[in-house]
Amino acid sequence: MNIIVCVKQVPGTNEVKINRETNTIVRESAEAIINPFDEHAIEEGVRLKEKTGGKVTVLSMGIPKVADLLRETIAVGVDDAVLLTDRAFAGADTLATSYALAMGIRKLGEFDLIICGKQAIDGDTAQVGPSLAEKLGIPHATYVRKIEEIRDGYMRCQRMTDDGYEVIEMPLPALITVVKEINEPRLPSIKGKLKAKKTEVKVLSAEDIGADLNLCGLKGSATQVIKTFTPVHEVKAEMIDGTAREQARTLVDKLLSMQFVKRT
Amino acid sequence: MNYFLTEEQEMIKELASRIADEKIAPIAAEYDREGKFPHEIVEFLAQSDLCGVYIEEKYGGLGGGVFEMALVVEELSRACGGIALAFAGTGLGTYPIILYGNEEQKQKYLPDIAAGKKLAAFALTEADAGSDAAGIRTTAVLDGDHYILNGTKQWITNGGEAEVYTVIACTDKEKGARGFSAFIVDRDTPGFTFGKKEDKMGIRASSTRELIFNDCRIPRENLLGREGMGFIVAMKTLDRTRPGVAAQALGIATGAFNAALKYSRERYQFGQPISSFQAVQHMLADMAIQIEAARALVYQTCRYIDSGAKNFSKESAMAKVMASDTAMKVTIDAIQIMGGYGYMREYPVEKMMRDAKITQIYEGTNQIQRNVIALELVKELSSKRK
Repeated sequence: MNIIVCVKQVPGTNEVKINRETNTIVRESAEAIINPFDEHAIEEGVRLKEKTGGKVTVLSMGIPKVADLLRETIAVGVDDAVLLTDRAFAGADTLATSYALAMGIRKLGEFDLIICGKQAIDGDTAQVGPSLAEKLGIPHATYVRKIEEIRDGYMRCQRMTDDGYEVIEMPLPALITVVKEINEPRLPSIKGKLKAKKTEVKVLSAEDIGADLNLCGLKGSATQVIKTFTPVHEVKAEMIDGTAREQARTLVDKLLSMQFVKRT
Repeated sequence: MNYFLTEEQEMIKELASRIADEKIAPIAAEYDREGKFPHEIVEFLAQSDLCGVYIEEKYGGLGGGVFEMALVVEELSRACGGIALAFAGTGLGTYPIILYGNEEQKQKYLPDIAAGKKLAAFALTEADAGSDAAGIRTTAVLDGDHYILNGTKQWITNGGEAEVYTVIACTDKEKGARGFSAFIVDRDTPGFTFGKKEDKMGIRASSTRELIFNDCRIPRENLLGREGMGFIVAMKTLDRTRPGVAAQALGIATGAFNAALKYSRERYQFGQPISSFQAVQHMLADMAIQIEAARALVYQTCRYIDSGAKNFSKESAMAKVMASDTAMKVTIDAIQIMGGYGYMREYPVEKMMRDAKITQIYEGTNQIQRNVIALELVKELSSKRK
């Protein structure tokens, strides 16, 4: 099985600097780590490979320094590492990012499954995975917590929801985004680290992957960051008083007025 | 201090350190309290290829030596000196095979140990044979293709948990220490059982048990070296593994020092952190001096051994004495700096003090080590006079 794992470099939690003009993170200065959710994606890819054979390729779009992080993934069982890097990719939003990744993946050739982390801990959008699947014209499932079965051209997985999980069947090739519950990422091994040292990360430019420069980076971005904040998710509850009969009447009236039920 | 480790040694140290901080530190207190054996930590070590750092590459190891083993033990012991013993005790049980095993024995046992699939243990001590190792009473009698083992070994690290045991037994009572032989015994051999698990002051996550041999028949090919070589096998093994005990002590001392240093910055008395008081500063400085001096001696001893030196009993004993005495002193001082908090089980240093004590006792008490050192000094002098 040919598996591609998309990963993102994110700032370590210790020091994050924001560019006040673009309201985006200054990636050059911060201590860089692989997005923690992507570590679970890598682990799942490596586990699948160990079960079914094939190979795992990690793919990222980012600054040249990201190559060092990608190389480290070899130490946990990844076979190949590919980095898309180009000035033209700078300032990309999720749309432009998924375009570049899609072009990169087309360049890499045949694959069975793409695995992404559910979201990145810096942008928190959770959009690149699904957007990438759309660009490639393949089915996807987000928040996957378990792969129940996978074979040639078919997979069944559990997708986490707020109050349980759904079982999804999909034809392959497909894309999944995974939650951290799916596995426990392994530690690197010494032999893996020695292998990683010798591994060359394949570096591709916008031209190499045949990308339309108008769809890359800031130019290809449909969104602009104006300000960042944590959205408040509030559920307002209203308490209904009165006797049981009065409470029932109030409730029915409300349901009627909200058109949740109809009078027959 | 920069000890100029090789790139591979740096990797080993860094990975062992990650396991110590991420996997061992969070469970150390619980495993100490409940005396649990750290099987899952062994799995992490195996995953990372650390189980075989001191085993030759052709048997699946990384091809390092005593130094690589010590680096792992030191890092793990920073978080828990007891949990580190699952690894260190295996080293002690494996070195007899590395040093005296024939090709078949190495092929049979080393790959599984290097892969972390099997743990090992070393069985010399008996109720009446401690510092006086020549007093062992376990016997091995040749009967056709088998040796029949009878007797009881005491206080065996990894007892019950290890799959592979190297056991010293007497094959010729007439010859005293020259009548001892070393054997490899598999855990599932009929007639081989385990006594009670000891309730210890420290290193409580390590399993310490009796090994009971009752007409235990082991194949003749499990003899290590030749008959009569048992005492040599034991002594040469211990010379190589004492730096491992020293590294364990070093790790414990470092863990306690780090805790005390951090605490001294956070604890305010009289309106200032206690690290601003000279009384505390001098204690911290002395602790750091002793640890660094011990580390320099331990590392250099390891390098000397790995360079292919022939006789290093003295150096090995010096490293063990220096590091274990340092660990005892540093852990006690760490508690002193932390005051009442240091004395409480909620904080990690009282455990470190309990763990440190054993390093002055086992693999040869520090008194015996001083005997060894003095004996070697006298030998050196008399050989110069000739």
